[in-house]
Amino acid sequence: MNRTFRPIALLVFLASLHVALLFPGFFAPYDFAAQNRDLPFAPPTKLHFVDPAGGFHLWPFVHPFQDNTDANGVYAEDLTQSYPLRLFVNGDPYKVAGLWTAHIHLFGVQSPGQIFLFGTDDFGRDELSRMFFGGRISLFAGILGATIAISVGAAMGLVAGFFGGWRDAVIMRVSELFLALPWLYLLFAVRALLPLRVKSTDAFLLLVSIVGLVGWARPARLVRGIVLAAKERNFVLAARAMGASNTHVVIYHIWPETYGVLLTTAALLVPQFILAEVTLSFLGLGVGEPIPSWGNLLAPLQRYSVLTSYWWMYLPAVALVFLFLAYHWASTTLQSKTAEVRA
Amino acid sequence: MSLVKSIRVLGQLAVAAALACTNFSASVQAAPQEFATMPGEAGESGGKLVVALRSEPKTLNPILSVDATSREVIGTMNADLIHINRETQRTEPALAKSWKISPDGKQFVLQLRKGVKFSDGTPFTADDVVFSFNLYLDEALHSPQRDLLIIDDKPIVAKKLNDFAVEFDLAKPYGPGERLFDGLAILPRHLLEKSYREGKLAQAWGITARPEDFSGLGAFKLKSYTPGQQLVLERNPNYWKKDSAGKSLPYLTELTFVFVANEDAQIIKFQSGDTGLLERSNADNFAVLQKDAVAKGECLRDLGPGLEFQFLVFNQNQLDPAKYRDLAAKQAWFRDLKFREAVSLAMDRKGMTRLVYGGKATPIWGNVTPGDRLWLNTSLSHPERSIGEARKLLQSSGYSWTSDGSLLDSQKRPVTFTIMVSSSNAQRSKLAALAQDDLKQLGMDVQVVPTEFRALVDRVLNSKDFEAVLMNLVNGDTDPTPEMNLWLSSGETHLWDLGEKKPATAWEAEVDHLMESQMTTTDPAARKKLYDRVQQLAADNLPLIFLVSPNILVAAQSNVGNFRPAILEPYVLWNADQLFLRRPGAAKCP
Repeated sequence: MNRTFRPIALLVFLASLHVALLFPGFFAPYDFAAQNRDLPFAPPTKLHFVDPAGGFHLWPFVHPFQDNTDANGVYAEDLTQSYPLRLFVNGDPYKVAGLWTAHIHLFGVQSPGQIFLFGTDDFGRDELSRMFFGGRISLFAGILGATIAISVGAAMGLVAGFFGGWRDAVIMRVSELFLALPWLYLLFAVRALLPLRVKSTDAFLLLVSIVGLVGWARPARLVRGIVLAAKERNFVLAARAMGASNTHVVIYHIWPETYGVLLTTAALLVPQFILAEVTLSFLGLGVGEPIPSWGNLLAPLQRYSVLTSYWWMYLPAVALVFLFLAYHWASTTLQSKTAEVRA
Repeated sequence: MSLVKSIRVLGQLAVAAALACTNFSASVQAAPQEFATMPGEAGESGGKLVVALRSEPKTLNPILSVDATSREVIGTMNADLIHINRETQRTEPALAKSWKISPDGKQFVLQLRKGVKFSDGTPFTADDVVFSFNLYLDEALHSPQRDLLIIDDKPIVAKKLNDFAVEFDLAKPYGPGERLFDGLAILPRHLLEKSYREGKLAQAWGITARPEDFSGLGAFKLKSYTPGQQLVLERNPNYWKKDSAGKSLPYLTELTFVFVANEDAQIIKFQSGDTGLLERSNADNFAVLQKDAVAKGECLRDLGPGLEFQFLVFNQNQLDPAKYRDLAAKQAWFRDLKFREAVSLAMDRKGMTRLVYGGKATPIWGNVTPGDRLWLNTSLSHPERSIGEARKLLQSSGYSWTSDGSLLDSQKRPVTFTIMVSSSNAQRSKLAALAQDDLKQLGMDVQVVPTEFRALVDRVLNSKDFEAVLMNLVNGDTDPTPEMNLWLSSGETHLWDLGEKKPATAWEAEVDHLMESQMTTTDPAARKKLYDRVQQLAADNLPLIFLVSPNILVAAQSNVGNFRPAILEPYVLWNADQLFLRRPGAAKCP
């Protein structure tokens, strides 16, 4: 692959994904909580180009499901009706950036037709819509956790590495303590201590912040290492010889040395914290019903019946794999770039 | 009243002929050993059956057992005097071959089976019966059965008349009559008297005791126990029952309980043929089994609604308003009957049945499930779900709505509350999510809080720090008497308002009176009338919002003979002494 193409493609992919997840209401065809109680565990809607009579259409259309109120779990398409796929349709209201109410969705079909490209869950809710809305929570959790961990870690590492002595000893011993902390049990304990009436999103943010806080130790040790090495380099010594103050040296000479490592760490930590959210929600500690997150979209897979019967419930996991791969590539690319710059 | 008459009246009350009463014939002849002869298919002796248990039994001591798994294992190792047949739901002779109730209903005389031996070979006599009842009644032992043997604050007195006759004296007539004796295992005096005198009975017959320390009158006796893995029982050669062909029961040489905590893992074990019986399945897993049950040769049974019901309950406890200010304000809604009626009207019970149980459940509007055919009050109304009606009720009680549809109470406070639900129960979490969505349509902002089960029970029964909770209850018997704890205002599980010193409302006072009179009335028709009224009051006042009663779903491999599951616990092992394994090739699923 072209040396410059790959990083740019990656960046575009990650950026567009984040933008899409910032405006889930537009990309999702339905509201995340809209239940279709007649359509539990409906398989993904098929996009058709050929009608029952054999005629070919350039623009795709969908058939609705036949009435399935006897709950036998078998869905058949009603071939007598068809609804063409539409772009920029009017639908469930949603909030843009929490301020404006909008009705336009990227795609959809005319009511009473319905389109579930990723199937539905136990309440007949559109999995695709829930994935878009769930991504907002999960990515936010990842970025929030990583930001907290890195900013605390960088500050601690800088102090420990630059000043050394007893500060270094104390910070490093404390970081070892944090590395040894079983954070999952810590979170169980914190959740149990919270009062019932805390909003589940608030409780969740609190838990993510705690995960972030607990995670400062690793970045701190990395930054300390860089600072220790940088401190002894000739240009730092030269600056000092010219009478530069501690602050000046840190800001202009040492801090820039850590950029590469911090960016790489961030690219690694974000998916790690997304995964932490997934674990928390999987265990029932995450955001509560009906708000989706990627973790609680995966939680039904804990049940044997879902695991064996409804393959489309795995789709959030597949999406996670791609996201993590993108972050991982971003991290390796950043690493090689910083290595090039330094060399 | 004589027993014969009471059974006939009960028979008339039974809805339809669904209860085909297999008349139990205790062939009492002057034989040296008085065997009981069991109806049913005559099977073949031999074979080992494996059953999965959700948890390990905590104890094998019948006096101390409280948990369901302990009682299930104990039930196969011990026997009672008079037994409730789980299939017919009626009493039948067990260690007592016959009994008489005095006309005033306060005295029972039981004639014991002669020639019966404990599994260690020691003869069984009236001394063992009197000894056992002394244990159950001993306050120092805290036996959970003790409460059942206290009638009108006075304990039942057991007196030996001769080696094979015992008299029981009650302070007041007892409504359920001889059902009292079901589940009270008779223990060997010769083995336990010493430890009882030394005050060590609580330590006797623990789960780790040696097999030779045990002796019982049940179909099986302990062979070995491996902690964390399994408990193996073997055939009791001295058992007192025979089959219709005159062969000694039980048929099985070994009955093994393996410990499988996870419900899904139990299904996988059953599918792979590692276990012979499946005690209880949820609807989702049952649907998985159904997909290839025929190919795999499994008998799946949907027994219809059992005695379990799911409900939503609001906290109406008398709380310290200084400590629980927020909650106390919300209790104004919870105590408002129209509010509870509106909530009940908004519940999509049919949707719950379909989405949570795949149709294998029944919507309910009262505390007696359709599984309890003898006692169900069929005249209760079943109001259709109606958001419109519910809104009208709220409006008439001073509630209003904001422009975005949120509900406000008469003091313009937004109506928002939490529903607590056990985090380990997927079905109940789904019920809660549906209820949340239903209540949103009334403008209520409901938050579902999944809570670890023990923490949930602690909040409901002890700290009373909750707003609403979605939980279930399982009635142990079809008879209303075991439900006293729930309905008496002083009852230990009077969930919505625990520890009332006197009934908080007029209808609760009436229920107290009705429940106490049904317990001491012996005429079944009169008792039914009293309990019908209790059901009516419960449905009218909605202390619990009754939702659904799930079906009992069980399964067996097709080679298990006499597989006749029942809706009373233990669903599949109640006739463990008659279960047998067919030869390969002879397998059939009746």
